[in-house]
Amino acid sequence: MLGGCGEAAIAGKLGGADWQRGHLLRDRRFPAPQGPIEEIDVLIAGGGAAGLAAGWRLAEAGFDRFALFEMEDLTGGNARSGRNAVSAYPLGAHYLPVPNREATALRHMLRQFGMMTGEQEGVPVYDPYQLCADLEERLLWRGRWQEGLYPTSGVTAADRDQRAAFDRRMDAYRKAVGADGRPAFAIPMAYSSIDPIFRALDGVSFAKWLDDEGFTSPVLRAYLRYCCRDDYGSEAEHVSAWAGIHYFAGRRGWATQGDGDRELTWPEGNGRLVSLMAQRIRPHLRPAHSVFHVERDGDGALVDLFDHTARRSRRLRAKAVIMAMPHFVAARVAPQFAAEGAMSYAPWVVANVTVGRHPEGKGVSLAWDNVSTASEALGYVVATHQSEANDGGPTVLTWYLPLSKESPAEARKILMTRPLREWQTMVREDLLAMNPDLDGVIERIDVWRWGHAMIRPTPGFLSDPARLGAVAAQPPVLFAHSDMSGLSLFEEAHHRGVCAAEAALSELDHPFESLA
Amino acid sequence: MAESDLAAGGEGMGDDDKAPASLAIILLVSVLVVATCGLIYELLAGTLASYLLGDSVTQFSTVIGSYLFAMGVGSWLSRHVRGDEIGVFVRVEVMIAALGGWSAAGLFMLFPLVGDFRVVLYALVLAIGVLVGLEIPLLIRILRHRFAFRELVSNVLTYDYVGALIASLLFPLVLVPWLGMIRTGFVFGLANVAVALALLFALRRQRRIGADMAAALVVAASLLVGLAMADRMQRWSEVAFYGEPVIHARSTPYQRIVITRRGEDLRLYLNGNLQFSTRDEYRYHEALVWPVLGRVADPAQVLILGGGDGLAAREVLRDPRVRHVTLVDLDPEMTHLFRDTPQLASLNNHSLSSPRITVHNADAFRWVREAQGQYDAVIVDFPDPTEFSLGKLYTETFYREVSRLLAPEGVMTVQSTSPLIAPRSYWTVASTLEAAGLSSRGYHAYVPSFGEWGFTLAAHRPLTDAVSLPHGLRFLTASSERAMFDFPPDMARRPTPVNRLDNQALVRSFAEEWGKYEG
Repeated sequence: MLGGCGEAAIAGKLGGADWQRGHLLRDRRFPAPQGPIEEIDVLIAGGGAAGLAAGWRLAEAGFDRFALFEMEDLTGGNARSGRNAVSAYPLGAHYLPVPNREATALRHMLRQFGMMTGEQEGVPVYDPYQLCADLEERLLWRGRWQEGLYPTSGVTAADRDQRAAFDRRMDAYRKAVGADGRPAFAIPMAYSSIDPIFRALDGVSFAKWLDDEGFTSPVLRAYLRYCCRDDYGSEAEHVSAWAGIHYFAGRRGWATQGDGDRELTWPEGNGRLVSLMAQRIRPHLRPAHSVFHVERDGDGALVDLFDHTARRSRRLRAKAVIMAMPHFVAARVAPQFAAEGAMSYAPWVVANVTVGRHPEGKGVSLAWDNVSTASEALGYVVATHQSEANDGGPTVLTWYLPLSKESPAEARKILMTRPLREWQTMVREDLLAMNPDLDGVIERIDVWRWGHAMIRPTPGFLSDPARLGAVAAQPPVLFAHSDMSGLSLFEEAHHRGVCAAEAALSELDHPFESLA
Repeated sequence: MAESDLAAGGEGMGDDDKAPASLAIILLVSVLVVATCGLIYELLAGTLASYLLGDSVTQFSTVIGSYLFAMGVGSWLSRHVRGDEIGVFVRVEVMIAALGGWSAAGLFMLFPLVGDFRVVLYALVLAIGVLVGLEIPLLIRILRHRFAFRELVSNVLTYDYVGALIASLLFPLVLVPWLGMIRTGFVFGLANVAVALALLFALRRQRRIGADMAAALVVAASLLVGLAMADRMQRWSEVAFYGEPVIHARSTPYQRIVITRRGEDLRLYLNGNLQFSTRDEYRYHEALVWPVLGRVADPAQVLILGGGDGLAAREVLRDPRVRHVTLVDLDPEMTHLFRDTPQLASLNNHSLSSPRITVHNADAFRWVREAQGQYDAVIVDFPDPTEFSLGKLYTETFYREVSRLLAPEGVMTVQSTSPLIAPRSYWTVASTLEAAGLSSRGYHAYVPSFGEWGFTLAAHRPLTDAVSLPHGLRFLTASSERAMFDFPPDMARRPTPVNRLDNQALVRSFAEEWGKYEG
């Protein structure tokens, strides 16, 4: 019998956001709208997490005179998911941390979706089946899998001391409150203090801040690099110190029984959240429609959109428009309302690898998230971790790689041109380096490319006028996207969607009780 | 052609007249040694085969048959050895030493790894047989100038048969009981290589021996290392580890099932962990089942989670009040094995084919989530929480689902590991059942093959001492039942965390406590 057929082609598909439709938008190559102008109260342009959250919020308030237009054939944006015979799997993020106390609207939704099951003495209780089951993380370090993501053996005393000092600093920031009485770092970030002491951290890169503070231990820095790339798709050099610290100091998950630092996860990742939101507002969804132009029209706005199915453009007049799309697109579609700004985006590759049996390895057993210190990739998450009898049988591994070394533009060029086979070889070799036991059992590798996966919270992002303008926008044109937070997190998208929806409800004098 | 072969091969071979006088003695002693070794390998292969594959008559006769046949092949092949008979003999000895010496260790370690063990076994038997078959013809040819033919045949065959006698007596009386099979292999491998080394040493002036010497020394070193590591290999090789003959071994997608038998004692191991021994399983299963059934007024519906061996079901079905048993076990091969194999089905009194039982092959974690209905008694009998996937079956989340299936007046019991060896783990089960909203009471029984073993009763209402046991139990009486609930200080209750899906506290404490115990 011949082992591991390295040369044989591996099954799989190359996928990604619909670039043709995206570039159509960029190049403004749409026909002029035809037919009468349709009237609508609220129009949501964009069906990612923020747009769906806005729609969900409107529906929660009993408001139904709205429609959501999504360029792609499916809603969900970067939180979309896929499915094969073995398991569902995410094309983007795999989890949602247990929300902070301040994330009231999100908690309301999680309760409605059965993810939060109730309260115990006023403290939220989460569904144990949806909280990430032990073992959560393991790290391949010097040939052995160990628990957690920080090396525990073979590190010097100096490494350990620096790590402890770093943890103490982050803990202090986690508890810090600004002169305005708000937490220094909050999620949603809009609830963070605007005290200049903390805001000053946005003036330098995280790497510079670490250097200045003497956090130079290579083991610590490797771990922090992992964290920056994991949450922001970027190197510490390109991340604002405020954002870098936010990663560690922003989370104060609020739950019973020490579940505050846990994560909610599903086989399809955050695909679960967006599909439940989409289900809630199904009749309002209009996929395969590109909103390509928005302009002021008295108290309202005129919205031009292209119907990719009928292949024609239409014009609508809306009392309020919620621009739930990345800011760089919004600035093109609604130049009257949105400044270009200096925002940049990290490209990512997400591969879903179907394997005939579970990975193993020396050391602790398979975890939900499995990371190697020796790899440029971020490791793999086991899609079926939550749900199975551990029969060691087939599963899907979701493998993540942010292209953070190249400039975003160069990286996008790589994304556009590299053929499937090369991606597959790269994924396969990376996986086999971690788990030689997977040789011969990789059944398929589906590769998904995200050209604009995440906003990069570069130094100065907090005072970016484009961001501040979008946050301060008033009807008729509102903005809803995690870009407005500078942090590509589900919580941020949800918060921005809810806020925009509530601003639209106020504008239309529809009664509601604020969740934000 | 023969001439040129001789010239090419021949630094002093063939005509051992030039060889030192000691050579003849070494060669005759060699006959004795190689004959002993040859028979030892044959016995090792036969014993191993019957040990691992069962049916010793078949195994022994096929192994001996193929071994003798292979020796015949070797003897026939010896005609193709032209010239340098001593050189070839030395190399044959080194090869036999390597193959024979490692045979037992290799077969034990390969057993769980290879798909068809017989292929490996017979390949090895044939290889050793062919090599051993070469030995005597070569020796006869080497010695042909030393003795008259009449004497030569007599000498060689005498030593050969004496060697066989020595081997056949040593093997069962000394080697297997004292050295064990793995060490025996290495020791006799060393004897083979010693013959090679002695000959090389004696011939050191006649010929260049560098390469042969190096090969022999490498093999000798590997055998010495093997001998030194025999204990560790015994542990690595799961089957040697059992200590009793294996009569059934099978890997399913979920676990490795091994059944061993020595005399009347039949044992089941799952992933190397003893599940029962027929000598004392009645103690375990009476203690598992009757404290529950004896506390339920009408145990019409009984749920057994785990227990694919059907032994708990056997106890339950003895109770005429039980109308129906639902048994959920992950592994269909396990329940089929204990339903369809007559020897095993007689152990559980054919409980798995009773009309009163329904067997579901499903993951209990998932099954309880989806199940409906009410059970008057629930018996939870899973393997110990050695890994996360088993730890799930001891969590608060799991017990909440089971509690939903437990009738208001119902009682459940949980196999909860040893309160003596792992007290923190043991009491974690009680804390976890209580966190799931049930009342609990721990009890323990002495099961010789396990040691002091623990169980935990749980119910929606407080549990009392009142119990009614049937007559005719071998272990439990009203007074011995009551005594099980008494915990001396070394096993007494202590504070523990609650085992939850997201902390798996039990898997961690279990590994720590048993790790300390097993060292």
